[in-house]
Amino acid sequence: MAEPVQLQRMEPAIDVSEVRFRYSASGPEVLHDVSLRVEQGEYVALIGQNGGGKTTLAKHFNGLLKPVAGVVRTMGVDTRGPSVAELARTVGYVYQNPDHQIFAQKVRTEVAFGPHNLKLPPEEAARRVDEALELVGLREYADEFAFSLGRGLRQKLAVASVLAMSPPVLVVDEPTTGLDLQGSRNILDLLGRWNADGRTIIVITHDLALVAERVPRTVVISGGRIIADGATSTVLSEADLLGKAFLRPPQVTRVAQRLQKFGIASDVMTVAQLRAQLRLALGE
Amino acid sequence: MADSTSEEYVIEVQGLRFRYPSSEREALAGVDLVVRRGEFVGITGPSGAGKSTLCLCLKGLIPAGELSGRIQVGGKAVTRQSAFLERSALVFQDPETQIIGLTVAEDLAFGPENLKRDPDLIRAAIPRMLHEVRLDGYDEAETYQLSGGQKQRLAIADALILEPDILLLDEPTSELDPVGKDEVFEVIAQLRRKRDVTVVMVEHAAEQLAEMADRILVMDDGQIVDQGPPHVLYRSAATFHRPDGERAPQIAEVLFGLLQDGLIDESEFCAREEDAINMLTDKLSRHHVRLASHG
Ligand SMILES: Nc1ncnc2c1ncn2[C@@H]1O[C@H](COP(=O)(O)OP(=O)(O)OP(=O)(O)O)[C@@H](O)[C@H]1O
Ligand SMILES: Nc1ncnc2c1ncn2[C@@H]1O[C@H](COP(=O)(O)OP(=O)(O)OP(=O)(O)O)[C@@H](O)[C@H]1O
Ligand SMILES: [Mg+2]
Ligand SMILES: [Mg+2]
Repeated sequence: MAEPVQLQRMEPAIDVSEVRFRYSASGPEVLHDVSLRVEQGEYVALIGQNGGGKTTLAKHFNGLLKPVAGVVRTMGVDTRGPSVAELARTVGYVYQNPDHQIFAQKVRTEVAFGPHNLKLPPEEAARRVDEALELVGLREYADEFAFSLGRGLRQKLAVASVLAMSPPVLVVDEPTTGLDLQGSRNILDLLGRWNADGRTIIVITHDLALVAERVPRTVVISGGRIIADGATSTVLSEADLLGKAFLRPPQVTRVAQRLQKFGIASDVMTVAQLRAQLRLALGE
Repeated sequence: MADSTSEEYVIEVQGLRFRYPSSEREALAGVDLVVRRGEFVGITGPSGAGKSTLCLCLKGLIPAGELSGRIQVGGKAVTRQSAFLERSALVFQDPETQIIGLTVAEDLAFGPENLKRDPDLIRAAIPRMLHEVRLDGYDEAETYQLSGGQKQRLAIADALILEPDILLLDEPTSELDPVGKDEVFEVIAQLRRKRDVTVVMVEHAAEQLAEMADRILVMDDGQIVDQGPPHVLYRSAATFHRPDGERAPQIAEVLFGLLQDGLIDESEFCAREEDAINMLTDKLSRHHVRLASHG
């Protein structure tokens, strides 16, 4: 049994190869010949304009959608083979709208659903549920009705439900929507820690400032095509390219680029970097 | 006196308290708020602060629960019994609660038809509204097929087509791409240039809020805990600029840092991008000249 596991470890976490997709036979093509490879242990941001195809692509990673042409492999397994429930052990997917995911009455029951489905022993399942609720900061809400939580807390609940399954690959579709800064940072920090533990994380978001602070690799999708893929600092400083996907560099980058003639670096990405640059320029 | 007050203030809230039936905590725990005609008020604050509950109350959609205090909108008292508030429109936090039409065009027409507006005018308004929110050509698209951000765009158009005097928006840009966020703020700016529209907007996008809002309120635990115009409010160390603080525009965070370093003074602090660039350009030029004349 040890050998095949060893072999699987060499496989990319996600391997999308020349994928085309349309929602119905008569409908327009939504993904055009998309190829993307994410190695195990990577932390990747998927960004791009509304309707660009981010959610559609992400739903291919765990087999919720199957390609019309091309192949998607997760941890080496063709997603056309196993059922969505089987794939859920490998790839956790947090929906963009938490209400598409939440169906239990009580917060605790909702989070327990995954571990229960994995047929974990009850003590282990309970431990996972407590841990997941603790991680997203919902412990005090464990016995509340899920739909009495505000939108931001429901967002956290959706994340907790997937964390409790502890999948090696985690795909999170706009987890910071409607969260305050602390909530957003907490979620991204949490994903960062999970990544440090060796898990593969793919996060979809419009919050480029947080991406710049925390995510090493960025993929830009626009009009159903991947138009950029590389180190976050490179991708986010290319204003023209971002403009094509209705994105713009973070505010500090825009300001830095306007102050270039005073020696401010144009690839500034974070608040701390711009402050340091200005401190230097204004010091003496 | 009383008359001029109700003319000037379109929203007056006094001692508003609200508790949901299943909850021990008060969702609103004593809110006092007046909004002037034509004012743009931003509201921010953590999850569960009571922002959405306040929006629902202002729209007259008071949820089931215990309510006390006074709400007055457009000179009329808002109660559970009050008639439909025709002059105001609310963009709901979750677009899926708002969208009811099968197609985009049907969904847009639903609101104004309900208000018995002229069918020809409604038909003419639809493509214009879709253009405003960059959904041109989506008239016949089925609403369930829209992406998350496209649904949010439609929900905003649903409110705009009613041509309200009071526009209430509950995190209307949370799922929009960055340019889309700017566009929504620009549409609202244009609207305010044309008509005397009053805007109350719950929003976490601090950068855009700083550009547009006359005043920003910070809510926490059912109360308004801080408020002010952007260039004053975003200097508040109690609310922003700490690890568990609220989101401020990035440029305000940078300038707050420089303030602490003693490199700028309070009068130079600003929260708008262009103001900051002008201030810094000015300062850096003078600094260069000084360095040059010394060296
Ligand atoms: N169920 C569906 N049926 C038909 N078309 C759909 C469906 N879901 C999405 N689409 C269309 O597919 C395209 C891509 O949508 P997708 O949801 O992947 O975009 P996205 O990048 O996630 O956008 P957003 O940032 O708004 O969430 C859009 O044009 C959308 O209208
Ligand atoms: N239908 C409901 N039943 C019971 N409690 C509710 C209901 N809706 C909201 N609450 C509770 O009321 C409080 C205020 O919620 P509200 O939705 O107004 O906050 P919010 O500031 O809009 O939060 P968010 O940023 O998450 O949207 C929260 O404690 C929330 O859990
Ligand atoms: Mg999406
Ligand atoms: Mg809310």
